[in-house]
Amino acid sequence: MSMRSVLRDSVPTTAARTTSATAADGPASRRPAIGIDVEDLDIYYGDVHAVRGITLAIQAQSVTSIIGPSGCGKSTFLRSLNRMHEVAPGARVEGTVRVDGRDLYAPGVDPVLVRREIGMVFQRPNPFPTMSIKDNVLAGVRLNGTRLKKDEADTIAERSLRGANLWDEVKDRLNRPGAGLSGGQQQRLCIARAIAVEPQVLLMDEPCSALDPISTSAIEDLIGQLKDEYTIVIVTHNMQQAARVSDETAFFNLAGVGEPGQLIESGPTTKIFSNPDNPSTEAYITGRFG
Amino acid sequence: MSTTAPPAPKRDDAPAQLRSWHHPQLPRRSGLAALVIAVVLTSALHAGIGLALVPAILAGWAVVVIGLPVLSYAVEGRRKAFDRLITVIVSSAFALAMIPLVSILWTVLKNGLPVLTPEFFSYSMRNVVGEGGGIYHAIWGTVLITAATAVMSVPLGLLTAIYLVEYGGDGRLAKTIRFLVDVMTGIPSIVAGLFAYALFVVFFGPGVRMGIAGAVALTVLMTPVVVRSSEEMLQLVPNELREAAYALGVPRWRTIVKVVLPTAMAGLVTGITLAVARVIGETAPLLITVGITDSTNFNLFDGRMATLPVFTYSSIMSPGVPPEPSIARAWGAALVLMLIVMVLNLVARLVTYFFSPKDKR
Repeated sequence: MSMRSVLRDSVPTTAARTTSATAADGPASRRPAIGIDVEDLDIYYGDVHAVRGITLAIQAQSVTSIIGPSGCGKSTFLRSLNRMHEVAPGARVEGTVRVDGRDLYAPGVDPVLVRREIGMVFQRPNPFPTMSIKDNVLAGVRLNGTRLKKDEADTIAERSLRGANLWDEVKDRLNRPGAGLSGGQQQRLCIARAIAVEPQVLLMDEPCSALDPISTSAIEDLIGQLKDEYTIVIVTHNMQQAARVSDETAFFNLAGVGEPGQLIESGPTTKIFSNPDNPSTEAYITGRFG
Repeated sequence: MSTTAPPAPKRDDAPAQLRSWHHPQLPRRSGLAALVIAVVLTSALHAGIGLALVPAILAGWAVVVIGLPVLSYAVEGRRKAFDRLITVIVSSAFALAMIPLVSILWTVLKNGLPVLTPEFFSYSMRNVVGEGGGIYHAIWGTVLITAATAVMSVPLGLLTAIYLVEYGGDGRLAKTIRFLVDVMTGIPSIVAGLFAYALFVVFFGPGVRMGIAGAVALTVLMTPVVVRSSEEMLQLVPNELREAAYALGVPRWRTIVKVVLPTAMAGLVTGITLAVARVIGETAPLLITVGITDSTNFNLFDGRMATLPVFTYSSIMSPGVPPEPSIARAWGAALVLMLIVMVLNLVARLVTYFFSPKDKR
């Protein structure tokens, strides 16, 4: 816990907010709950209008899944939630995204500080090849310039690896290269790396699509545990997975060929999968989609 | 439906309708046999009936390059014959390319090895007339000037490459820089030498000779090589790793320093080592800017220095009387230069081996 306050203090905007939020939440919740409010969001890559008019409220401390056909802008939308889409040249957005009331796209917002609070797990496991398992977990903390004492480093590494259900498998070889793990273990290593910097939101971009069913199941269990502490948004192509892990579901679709993607319907997962309002949602989740 | 279906064909008459998978082939080692025949034929023509060596080799080669495909066509068919023809041509090209390499190695080793004595490495040419003397001064000159070159061009080249890959992208400035670097790659070394000389004349007056001027000339030659090889290596770093770092809230410069550069380290070091190997043998720019001397000079900023390539050149061009010891020393210096380059290449290999990211457990 003391480590967390040390980390948070290095980010001034959060430090002030964390104290007030914790007081409001009371002792029941260990972490401040952070929801994301997206209002009329348009995303462009250069001249290409990728996503149009998304309005979506993402609940705190829950799992929201985003489903939809390929190319409908799911990943683009997800990346716009921690300003990762800006890595691509020419990318820009219109509309507002509010994370816990703070405008993500207000002038003067530093994307680097945003990403320390809103972590991301990618489709393909991408541990740093030059680093050991332990260094990979600590990469986010160390690369942000925080000097760690050995016992602090050990604490964070163990806590994060336990959080990612990987500790028992790697505790005897923490100094081996991270790239030597299996695909599923690498992905859990990446999750450990993401939660080591203690974000409030975790974005997952098809985290299981490169994994076998057993590793997938391990990660789905992990998502179920993580949602107590994190707000999770997951993009997935796997409808069963969306039904299994998420509380809320948002269905994205293309308005037509060459048209931008848009949000068709969102709501509680049980409703979307049993009794959707929109016929195209039903067509997609039942597999009748063209 | 089932009643009108034709009876299933009997198993026995099925093979008769299948095409055979077998095709006649030449014996397995027929390519090797062709080579042996060519060698035997060539030696027979050369030694037996006294044909000159080159026509004899050409005759032997012609027999194989025509004979083997024709034989193959008769036995194996068109595709295999063509395959054999191309194989013979490619192998011949390889052999042709090996001739100058082996010839150089052999000549330099034969003439240079006898010269390599402890004295050769520990004496300069100061007050040496005729026999004796060594390349102590030239080795130091080459090492110092090359080191100064690396100190200048590695940061310059590496930072340029980082700009091009990490910041420039496809922007106009980056495109211009890429173009200029390409132009720079094509600068003749003598022009680089003249540039450095002219530059130092501006500050020190005509007739200036100093090691640092040579290093500047070599920097002009080495920097574009470093930029190009480093750029390639940085581009090989997967974008996913950069994204992974960004997603952790790591600033861009730290991502470059802590993630991109370590991942590309092996390639970067290899490229730099090869760039050093490329400029260490330059003669013309050093001849103009640094000159040659018989004494050992450790000061890059004062006066002439000897370097291995220029030492080799001047030992051959003005050997003195008698010329034999000087020419022998030139071979020795050439061999030492070659050994240095070889060691640098080996170091580059070792660096690649030890620095590259290991995914073995």
